[in-house]
Amino acid sequence: MSTAQRPNKPRLADLTSGWDDRDLIIYRLLLLFAIVFPFGATFLTGGSGGALINTAADAGVYVLLAIGLNIVVGYAGLLDLGYAAFFAIGAYTVGMFSSGQLYGSPLHHEIHLPFWLLLFVGMFAAAGFGALLGAPTLRLRGDYLAIVTLGFGEIVPRIFRYLGPGSVLGNWTGGVNGIAGIDPPSLPFGISGPWENGAAFGFLPRFDFIDPLAFYILMVILVVLCVIAANNLYRSRLGRAWMAVREDEVAAAATGVNTVAIKLLAFAIGASFSGFAGTYYGAKLSLVSSENFAFVVSVTVLIMVVLGGMGNIPGVIIGALGIYYVLFNLLTNLPDLAVNAANSIGLGFLNTSKGDWIGLHDEVQRLNFLVFGLILVLVMLLRPQGLLPSRVREQELAKGISEEAVFDLREES
Amino acid sequence: MALLEIDAVDTYYGRVHALQGVSLNIEEGEIVTLIGSNGAGKTTTLRTISGLTPASRGQVRLRGRDITHLPAAQIVGLGIGHVPEGRRIFHRMSVRDNLVLGAYRRKDREGIRRDQEHVLTLFPRVRQRLNQIGGTLSGGEQQMLAIARGLMSKPKVLLLDEPSLGLAPILVDQIFDIIRDINREGTTILLIEQNATKALTVSNRGYVLETGRIVKQGPTKMLLESPDVQKAYLGI
Repeated sequence: MSTAQRPNKPRLADLTSGWDDRDLIIYRLLLLFAIVFPFGATFLTGGSGGALINTAADAGVYVLLAIGLNIVVGYAGLLDLGYAAFFAIGAYTVGMFSSGQLYGSPLHHEIHLPFWLLLFVGMFAAAGFGALLGAPTLRLRGDYLAIVTLGFGEIVPRIFRYLGPGSVLGNWTGGVNGIAGIDPPSLPFGISGPWENGAAFGFLPRFDFIDPLAFYILMVILVVLCVIAANNLYRSRLGRAWMAVREDEVAAAATGVNTVAIKLLAFAIGASFSGFAGTYYGAKLSLVSSENFAFVVSVTVLIMVVLGGMGNIPGVIIGALGIYYVLFNLLTNLPDLAVNAANSIGLGFLNTSKGDWIGLHDEVQRLNFLVFGLILVLVMLLRPQGLLPSRVREQELAKGISEEAVFDLREES
Repeated sequence: MALLEIDAVDTYYGRVHALQGVSLNIEEGEIVTLIGSNGAGKTTTLRTISGLTPASRGQVRLRGRDITHLPAAQIVGLGIGHVPEGRRIFHRMSVRDNLVLGAYRRKDREGIRRDQEHVLTLFPRVRQRLNQIGGTLSGGEQQMLAIARGLMSKPKVLLLDEPSLGLAPILVDQIFDIIRDINREGTTILLIEQNATKALTVSNRGYVLETGRIVKQGPTKMLLESPDVQKAYLGI
């Protein structure tokens, strides 16, 4: 591989040693796109690209979620239908510990920890709950496991909703209202609080994240970090053990893989990525509410992973961006697009309502998710391996798997 | 002290009382064959030894150390390699990764590299397929890979479950030659085979298992000549 040809690589390249060359090209293109995007968005919209950049930063949250879920589903082969729970845990971590929320709780004190610290707190909290969820599911496989994770995904947001005003344990989460007024991330890495007006950091002006561009840059950095982490996990001993468990648990145990610990680690590490994403999400939105972590979030992320190419990080990123674009941009604009299209080809009469026909715009709006469903079905029919599958999947589909093939004599002689 | 001792072991496979007081000893350097009809408990015996289906009574000892209730992963580390029935290679991983996983419990990089090289000399066909993914291999190649993977853990005892199952006759001979080679290099082998005649000819001793009990044991010559065994298992 490239490692052998270039023994004296600079340090940054060591982080990516042993990566697939095709993947590296895709990463470079994606990174280039990420850098050019804000400029492009600003120029194309005549200087008001904020909304686009904002959307892109939000899409990044899903990219992080998809990279994390890919570890659980793609690498370790554990079907997780409650992944949004960990997302919620990350978001509520930042909500509770970086806002005025806890003043109303039995603690009677506001806690304002810096976002940068909470990123890791959220990560570890999610990882801890990931292991907690993993523990009772270790004896379950396939469908049974999926059902338990589904239950977990339903329980967690409900607990957050319950722990609001009037709950037995006191108001920790704001209940149905959620937590508002979450501190934005700020630089330098100072701890905000009453002492902040002092001159401790007087020589460095404080920078609050308010501009979408700031969030966008932060998100790109987070995604890059997560891609590097996930790729190196994939190439590690642990990554190989995950795949062995996915392939055949008995054989994995017979080669010495501690399947219990390995599966717990998959849940925990997979969850930590979404804790990361949740912390960012809470701080960016400045608001968390249990409704943001419904089942549909888990399913959406799962679709991103499967559609993009399970087990392959570039595929998963492209799946996440693609689905995000379809769901939050294409589908919402679809009625207008349909109207414009109808007008331009002389079918403008469709736009007026007549009898049961309520006009093209509203009809299309009704059928929004039918279109989404069609897109999913079409992609899976045309590319069952995902948009950008891993090399292994490609080889498998090209050559065919001979599961229990009887040995072919002609081949031997 | 025998290298591996199975002492009055009872194992339940689900609710089936699969092993009922099975005892067997394997001395260092031997090839021992376990024969018996389907459902006699041969596979369960191997699974009991490797910790995949632990015994509920009795003891499994490796060099005198009780390993009955250790987790399977740890038992591999202690020197018992298990090549399970039906090959069970990792289909969607490269042949190389399959081999690397075989050495999962080992930390000595240099030794692993040396053993991989050695294993690939034993199985030249596996070397040719090194970068292919496991699932694209033919049945015989998969069996070779399964044995190669088992060897990568550098086992003192290698448990082989039906290595010739479903293979063409030429290949069966090859596999048995390799089993003999592996043994000559110092690995003790416990073998299960449908092909009892073949298995007994390469072995030193054999045990006959019937519905969870050992009913006969002895040197292979004796078993091969025993009328009961001939009638029931050798098809003579």
